[in-house]
Formats: sequence, C-alpha cells, structure tokens
Amino acid sequence: MYLLSGEKITCGYGLVDIVSSCTIGVKKGEISSVVGPNGAGKSTAMKALFGLLPIKNGKVIFNGEDITSLPPQKRVLKGMGFVPQTNNIFPSLTVQENLEMGAFIDKNNLNEMLKYVYDLFPVLADKKSQNAGELSGGQRQQVAVGRALMTKPKVLMLDEPSAGVSPIIMEGLFDKIQEIASQGTAVLMVEQNAKQALKISNLGFVLSQGKNLFTDSGNSLLANKEVRQAFLGG
Amino acid sequence: MDFLNGITLIANYIIIPGLTYGSQLALGALGITIVYSVLRFSNFAHGEFMSFGAMSAILLSWLFISLEINLYPLPTAIIVLPIAIVLTIFYCLIVDKLVFKFYRQQNSKSVINLIVSIGVMFFSGGLIRFIVGPGDRNFFDGERFIFKAKTFKSITGLNEGLTLKTTQGITILISFILVFILFWFLNKTKTGKSMRAYSDNKELALLSGINPEKVVLITWIITGTLACVAGTLYGLDKSYKPFTYLHLVLPIFSAAIVGGVGNPVGAIIGGFVIAFSELIITFAYKKIFFYFLPIYFVPEGLLQILSTDYKIAISFIILVLVLVIKPTGIYKGKII
Amino acid sequence: MTNLSRIKILYTLMVIILATVGIFQSWNLALTIFNLCLISSIMTLGINIQWGNAGIVNFGVMGFAALGGLANIIISMPPTLNAWDAGGDIIIIGLMVFISSIIFSIILFKKTNFNNNIKYLISFIFIIIGYFMMRFLVDIPIEKIESIEPAKTGYLGGFNLPVLISWPVGGLLAAFSAFIIGKISLGLRSDYLAIATLGISEIIIYILKNEDWLSRGVKNVNGLPRPVPYEIELQSKEWVLKASNYLDIPITELSSIIVKLSYSILFCMVLLIILFLLEAAVKSPWGRMMRAIRDNEVSANAMGKDIKKRHLQVFIIGSAIIGIAGAMLTTLDGQFTPVSYQPLRFTFLVWIMVIIGGSGNNFGAIIGGFVIWFFWIQSEPIGLWLISFVTSQISDTNIIKEHLLENAAHMRLMFMGIILLLTLRFAPKGLIPEVKR
Repeated sequence: MYLLSGEKITCGYGLVDIVSSCTIGVKKGEISSVVGPNGAGKSTAMKALFGLLPIKNGKVIFNGEDITSLPPQKRVLKGMGFVPQTNNIFPSLTVQENLEMGAFIDKNNLNEMLKYVYDLFPVLADKKSQNAGELSGGQRQQVAVGRALMTKPKVLMLDEPSAGVSPIIMEGLFDKIQEIASQGTAVLMVEQNAKQALKISNLGFVLSQGKNLFTDSGNSLLANKEVRQAFLGG
Repeated sequence: MDFLNGITLIANYIIIPGLTYGSQLALGALGITIVYSVLRFSNFAHGEFMSFGAMSAILLSWLFISLEINLYPLPTAIIVLPIAIVLTIFYCLIVDKLVFKFYRQQNSKSVINLIVSIGVMFFSGGLIRFIVGPGDRNFFDGERFIFKAKTFKSITGLNEGLTLKTTQGITILISFILVFILFWFLNKTKTGKSMRAYSDNKELALLSGINPEKVVLITWIITGTLACVAGTLYGLDKSYKPFTYLHLVLPIFSAAIVGGVGNPVGAIIGGFVIAFSELIITFAYKKIFFYFLPIYFVPEGLLQILSTDYKIAISFIILVLVLVIKPTGIYKGKII
Repeated sequence: MTNLSRIKILYTLMVIILATVGIFQSWNLALTIFNLCLISSIMTLGINIQWGNAGIVNFGVMGFAALGGLANIIISMPPTLNAWDAGGDIIIIGLMVFISSIIFSIILFKKTNFNNNIKYLISFIFIIIGYFMMRFLVDIPIEKIESIEPAKTGYLGGFNLPVLISWPVGGLLAAFSAFIIGKISLGLRSDYLAIATLGISEIIIYILKNEDWLSRGVKNVNGLPRPVPYEIELQSKEWVLKASNYLDIPITELSSIIVKLSYSILFCMVLLIILFLLEAAVKSPWGRMMRAIRDNEVSANAMGKDIKKRHLQVFIIGSAIIGIAGAMLTTLDGQFTPVSYQPLRFTFLVWIMVIIGGSGNNFGAIIGGFVIWFFWIQSEPIGLWLISFVTSQISDTNIIKEHLLENAAHMRLMFMGIILLLTLRFAPKGLIPEVKR
C-alpha cells in the first residue's frame, strides 16, 4: 500500500518523546503532506523516517522492507532522498558540484541525471558554474531539491520546502513538486503552509502534540471544518 | 637614475627572497588551513609535524649518503623526500588515531582540540629532539647556487648582482608544483570535491554518503605531505634546528588567518603577503632611492621603516591587525 | 572522593615529595623548586580565573609576566645618570604623538559616517603619519641614551624605589596592558583569541628585546635589588654561624637556604592573599554571574548582563595576577632577561598546569602549578635514571645508549605532552575538579 511509511513511531531527543505512536506515509507516485501547528513533531517524525533520529518504538517500512535500523546513507541507496530544511546545500561548491555530490553514492548515469535536473530547473542550468551560496533563496532551494533528485529516488522527502521563501517562489516550487510526482517520484513533505500543501496532496496527515489528529485525502481535509478552523484560518 | 640596477636590487633583495619565504609560509599555512577547514580545529602541532618531516629527510639523507646514493647537483634531501613524506604521513595518522580521533567522535569544542594539539606539540617536540638532538644541522649537499652574483654581473654588466641559490629555486619550483597538484585534486577530482563538501556542510556530506573516515585519512595525507615538504625546504634553506619550528607556528598561523582560514587560496596569498611585508618593511631603502631618484634627493641613513630586528614581529603585527579589523581575512575564511 | 579530601591528600603528597627531594638530593634544590612552584601557582591562578570562570583562552602569559619584570626595572633600578636629560621627555612626547594618532583614528572610525573603506584609508594614513612623526622625534634621543655606557647601562633606568613595590606595580602594568589588549581582542572567538594573545605577547617581548633604552634589550638588566638579605651578608652574622654549627650544615649552604626560605615566606604570603581574594570572588554573586555567562552566554545576555564588561574585568584581574608573579620571578632571578620569555616555558606550560590542576578550581590551580613545575624540573634526572635503568644491560660505549643518555633531557617535553594528553583524555576535570555550586 504505502511505498514509504512510519508505523506508530515514537521518538524524541533525549528523555522526552516528541512524537508518540504516529503513522505517516506516502503511496507510489503520490504526494503526502504532514501538517500541523508548530511543535507538533512534524519535522521530528520526518527525520525519524529518514534515519536521522533513533526510533524508540514503531517501524519504518520502505517498499515492503523493514528499514528501521538502516543508517541514512543506506536508505539513500535503497531509493530515498531527503532535503533538510536548513543548511541543505554546499555553499562554496558550484551548482554543478552540488548536484555531483548528490549523486556521490550512486554515480551511474551521472550525465543523464544532470540533464533531468537541469530540465526540471532550467535556472540552475544557467548558473551551473556559480557558487551555490551566491544564489537567491528560491534558487538555493532548487539546488537542494535537485541534489536530492540526483539518485532518482523513489521517494523524495522534503522538510518545509517553502520555509524562508517568498510566496511567488513557493507557488513555483509546489508546481515543481507536482511535476516531480507526475514523473513517478513519490513526495512526502512536512509543511507549515498547510493550505497550499494539502491542495496538491493526495494524502494529508494532521499532527498535533506528536500524535495523529486527522488522516484523510488532501481535499477532504481542506473541506473539514475542524481542520479549517484549527489550522487553516477558517 | 639607474633603472635596471634598481630593478635588479629589488629582485635580489625583495622578490626572490620574498617568493622563497612566501612559498615556505604558504605551504605551512595550507597545512593549517586544510586541517582547520575539514577537521575544524587549530592544529598547534603543525610546526612539529614540519620538524618531523625535516628530521625524516635528514636521517634518510644521511643513510643515502652513507650508501653513496646521490644525485648531484640536487641535494640528497630532495631524493629522499618521497620516503620522508610517507613517514610524516604515518606519524600524522598515528597521532590522529591515538589522540585526535577521540575528541572528533565526542564532537569536542575546537578549543579543547587546540589544547590537545598543544599536548601533541610538546610530545612531538620532545620525541624529535630525543631522536635527532637539539643541535643545528646543515644537511644541504648539492650545488649551492644556480647562478651567482658575479656571473650575473659579468653577463649583464650591471652594478648590482642577482643571486639565485639552489634552495631558493627548489623551494619555489616544488611549492608551485605541489600547490598545482593540490588545487587540481580539490577542484577536479571526485574525492577532492567531496572533501570540500565535507568542509562546507558536514551533515549534508554525511547524508550524501561521503565517508568521513576517508575524508579524515586524505586530510592527514595532504597535511603530512605539505608539512614534510615545507619543513624540509625550510631546513634546507636555512638549517635544521628543532627549536625553530616551534616559532614558525605563529607566522604560519598569521599567513593562514590573513589569507582567510579554511580557504586554500587564502593560505597562499597570506603566505606571500606576510613574506613580502616583512621584507618590504625592513628593507633599507637607501639604495633604492639611489637608483631611482636624481642623486641630490638621496637622504642620509638606511631608511628603514622598521629595523631588521623587527622582521618576525611584523608577521605578529599583521596577524593582530587582521584579527582585530577583519578576522575573516582577505578571502573570507571560516569562523567555526 | 570529595574535593576536600582530595585537596588534603594532594597537598600532603606535595609536601612529602618536596621533603624527599630535600633529604635525598638537597634542601637548596627542594627550596628552589618550591619557590618556583609558588610562582607558577600564582600564574596558574591568574589563567584559571580567566579560563575556568569565563572560558577565556589567554595565551599571552609570557607577555604579562615580562611586563611584571619590566615593572621591576622601572621601579627598583637606579636611574641612569644623564639618561633622562638626553631626551627622556622627548621620547615620552614621541610616544604620546603616536598613541594620539591611534586614538584619533579610533575616534574617527567610531564617530563618523564615511564609507568603511575610506575610514580604513584615513585611519591608516593618520597612524602612518603619527608613526613617522614619533620616529622623527625619538630616534635621536634613543641613540643618545643607548650610547651612555652601553656595557653597563645604556638605558633609562628606574625610580630607585623599594623592590617590593614593583610587585604590585607589575600587576598594575599588566592590568593596564590587559585593558588595552582586552578591549581589542576579547571580541574574538576562543581559537582566535588564543592566537591573538599569543601574537600580542610576542610583540611585547620583541619590543623589550629591541628597545635597549627601556630594558637594555638582550643585554639584560642585572643586579636587580632584593627584598631579602644576600648570602654574603648572612655568612657574617652571629646567629647564622651558631645555627650552622648547631645544625651541622656548612655556612655557605645554610645562608643559601635561609635566603631561599625568606623568599618562600614572602611568596607564600602573596599566594595566600591572592588565593583568599580569589576564593572570596569566586563564591560571591560576581563569581556566580561569571560562571553563568560562561555556561550559557546567550541566556546571560538576554538577562541583561553586560558580557563584554565582565569578560574584560576577568581578563584584567587574571593578567594582573600574572604580572605580579612575573615581577616576583624577576626578583627571584635577580635579573631581567627578555630572551627567557618563551611561549613554551610560560604560556603553554602554565596552561598544562591549569588543565592538570582542574580548571575552575583555585586549589586545583595551585596543585597544578606545583605538580607540573616539579615534573618539568625533575624530569631530566628522572629521564636519565629511566634510560640508564632500561639500558643497564647494554654496554656503556654503545652509540645508541650514549645518544639516548645525552638526549634524556628532552624527555621532559615528551613527559609534559603525555601528561597533558592523558589528563585531557582520562581525567578532563583535572586533579581537583570544579565544585558544582
């Protein structure tokens, strides 16, 4: 069913559990969003799914396989890609070098993947020899996402992709996310911008205080009065 | 006015010594900057690593000389350099495994690593003196000059002579080659790029599957090579005395910081800035004025900005000025 | 094991070890070591209050110690005849011209609104002009002063005051310098602060080595006055003769012991006073605030504590203490030797003392001073003994054995390195850890 899922995950930093018995996931070729108020544990759950955080309880299943104890680098090899919220590029490397680093583990078809990313983000093709740190916020996000796509992952995980980015850029970004999904890559993202995210999502998970509150299709959640009032501003 | 003589004077007393000393500083600063950039701490033991390299070169030279292997007119030290480099790299790796690794795994603050490196400095200094003694050793055995002042004067007919010592020539040439190789490695090879990535953003590099152990290994290989070559060239040019290498630490740090720590280009620029500043500020300009101005303008006195005694102090003064005014240095280095 | 019991055990151990040296080697040696231990401890206390309480890494120990020594010269040496008249006042004026040009540049920098690059350029030009004006004024008087009997004096000399005054003055001189140095460099991050203070202290030593008119440079200033009697004087005293007979110790040795003992008493007094003041400071609200800042600068800042000011205070106090110790050291030596101020012997060794003793704890700092200094001095004989023991089976004429014995002295560097590394790894809190208050 789910291509990637975290089943009843409990995790946290140190003694405190930030996420308790939470389930999130994404199906093949679809987009899932994890939304909720600040401090709900969205990013924490995401990091746990990628292996950046140890899980105290629960399982992570990818493509039918239990990968709970696999380190992040191995998960990349299995077909997962992760774009952190901050510090997600190599600022003193050029755009092209950033992408090359994305393909570090799996250097087959390097040129093919470069072409794929440059087609997806034409702006990057223009700036391929420029230092990534010198680009604008939105362009940096494109580098970050492009870097993660270089291994042609089956699932792309995005941690608040619209953070720190202007609304216009954000719209463009969400368009790109839909384009990526339409090409067969499942996208699982955590988003602050619940409305925009749920609009393009097949599945939505509303988390609050580390627990699942609502799980439904994106449109249903948007229509849900409770959800609207609590998180979408009516 | 005697333009050519003036230029020769500048070349002989400022440009050639500046290039030589600058190369030595640059190589040393590169070692510091690479460790700072990848391993994220100031390695005060680097001077002693350089000393270790020079010591290895000396001991091997003696061995080769006793076996009657040499390559005149080159000094024997150059032939044994590759082996000395390997030995130095080994030493760095052992020290890393026994000492630095622990603190790296603990994610210790860089100050702790600094103090640890002081412990390594003490130990290495003692070890080196224990093995080779504290005395002054001259291990240069080759043709001393590439061309001498007399030859130059007779060819050009000028008043001022130009001398090029073999050590000066070797230093400049080898430094150039080494730097070229280093930059090629960092910019054109996958491993080199991965090291720059690791230095830029450690977490993301790890996520990308870059192997930290490999990065650390290569860092020490590079550092060991640079330290050995820098130390040996310095020792060939002046003479080898373990004591001096402790004092080299500061000018080398100055060069790295002035150029912008963590940035290899900066390290090189910094090295030359410091070397040329030292020479330019303590130079006796009287003769320059003599050659470049009409005779009645030439003043009395040596015309030094600062007396020659202050030569080394200049690198400290520049360092302090840079730290106070612009700590990131010329090339916007890192502040970790 | 509680701190108190540790303190008692370690201090008793120290006394026993020193007594052993006295009995098996010589009392003179034991007392020499003891006196230097006391001075080292005071320096360690100075660094400790900066590092342990505020996390400041001060690598400028040798500079502040040298300033203490300079105070010794300025206060207690007699003024050189005719030296001041040769242009002492012009030198002062010259210095003031240069300093004003710097101050002017700083004011210009802070108070005007020009473009940054222009500000740098103008400041640079002003300071250059100030420098050359100073050189123009002072070059000739300096030459004149340095040519007055260069073999014996050739410098300005001092105020000919009692030597004990030079100790607190050394502290003041160091404090004043620390104020300036701190103002410039305390904003730097710890690595850079360490390097900056090291660089500045090298500059200070450089100036002392080269400005003969001030401190005779590398010719050194000998014959510094003492606060205690000379051995020769003692040897002609009645009570000393009687004691010599009674204790069955040769009079030359006894006089030497008495001199050293007198220094010990003076040094102990200074140490106790400083320790008392520091302990009071550490336990006070001021001390708690310093540690709060050290442990969490961001919160402390948010609470409105002026971090810069506090750091500067601690920097000045610690450096002043080092200055006092430096003055005491120069008095003990009887001479001011600029070349003896090496980073290894001062800065790095004292830092090893701080780490071993236990940062943040004054009693630990004192023990650190004792232990490390003791090992520094004794490691040569210990090393020799060790090598002889290990190679006892090998013939004496073996080259390697000869070489090893010759270089046994250098084992002390290795010892120090190993001690530091082992402590940092296995006992990072040092011999006497900081008390959680």
